[in-house]
Amino acid sequence: MPLDKPYKDVPGTTIFDADMSRQGYHLNQFCMSLMKAENRARFKADERAYLDEWPMSEEQKQAVLDRDLNRCISLGGNIYFLAKIGATDGKSFQQMAGSMTGMTEEEYRNMMINGGRSAEGNRYIGEKK
Amino acid sequence: MARITASVYTSHVPAIGAAIDMKKTGEDYWKPVFKGYEFSKEWLKAEKPDVIFLVFNDHATAFSLDLIPTFAIGTAAEYTPADEGWGPRPVPKVIGHPRLAGHIAQSVIQDDFDLTIVNKMDVDHGLTVPLSLMCGEPQAWPCPVIPFAVNVVQYPVPSGRRCYMLGQAIGKAIRSYDEDLTVQIWGTGGMSHQLQGPRAGLINREWDNAFLDQLIADPDALSKKPHIDYVREAGSEGIELVMWLIARGAMSDVAGGAKPKVAHRFYHVPASNTAVGHLILENA
Ligand SMILES: [Fe+2]
Repeated sequence: MPLDKPYKDVPGTTIFDADMSRQGYHLNQFCMSLMKAENRARFKADERAYLDEWPMSEEQKQAVLDRDLNRCISLGGNIYFLAKIGATDGKSFQQMAGSMTGMTEEEYRNMMINGGRSAEGNRYIGEKK
Repeated sequence: MARITASVYTSHVPAIGAAIDMKKTGEDYWKPVFKGYEFSKEWLKAEKPDVIFLVFNDHATAFSLDLIPTFAIGTAAEYTPADEGWGPRPVPKVIGHPRLAGHIAQSVIQDDFDLTIVNKMDVDHGLTVPLSLMCGEPQAWPCPVIPFAVNVVQYPVPSGRRCYMLGQAIGKAIRSYDEDLTVQIWGTGGMSHQLQGPRAGLINREWDNAFLDQLIADPDALSKKPHIDYVREAGSEGIELVMWLIARGAMSDVAGGAKPKVAHRFYHVPASNTAVGHLILENA
């Protein structure tokens, strides 16, 4: 029997469930390794060589090199793990979250100051705004 | 015997910790957030408990994908603030209460909740930011803390119902402890926020405030809210709010006592990507 996934119809959202976790295991564990200062330094010195130490898919490695967080998430990455890449790059959580929305950093920051993204029109895929 | 004097609920946004550590609390952006906790700091000084039982979640810090405990109770003598990638927060180490923690673990497991017991764990912003908000920047935290970590990272996280019932078992465990201790139970995380994907930045002020209303007045009904409602209405990371139901379940009224008194309530948008909610409930 497949897993029950009542959350598949929420727009712009990937729920990190057992299936995603299985796909993203090595990607997320690579991210976890960046919590050690010496690993951050080695990664920064040669990103490709560091990534090649991990049994990640080529797509996952490329998504990391591109800092394409939406792609990382579609390949099993989880935001709390991916945040370690942002920390390594000196980025805040807001910069990381904003980078996934198609907005500029300033647009995203202003949206948050003005009360955030409304739930109206954002509850179901295909819902009329 | 030990007794639970109050419960505290608060968001634990990492950027709030960074704002404190980088001395930015006086900036226009942050002022309204910290203003909401001025009462709380005075209140905690006046109502200082002997122990804080602090429900939080680990954010891929102590627990990687190698090990994902649904409920983990800290029974260690002390805990070190973690390096989450930006360097450890410059805050005091957290002193535990192994004897009470061990008592709670034994009682709660015998009540059919299968806790993971943790004797070594670095604690991340989920635990240290609430302490900073409530205590300011002391040389040492005012009392021992029992960390209680809930998995809200990998789905499915425990249901609101399960959390609420667990809170009841924790309340019973604390009330059966043989030492005259005052204990506060804190529930942290939330409120509405989404940190991932094109829908990042979602905030739902109406939903959050309805959640606060119901948490105060009818937690039993609130505990039946399904996960999908949290995700759809409060964002994928808004699901952290199930942790508030653990603290609420431990209050006296749920065990047949009098209704708690609302000592303080605060709500503000935004702190970084997140809606900040905060509540203090005192047992009668
Ligand atoms: Fe959190």
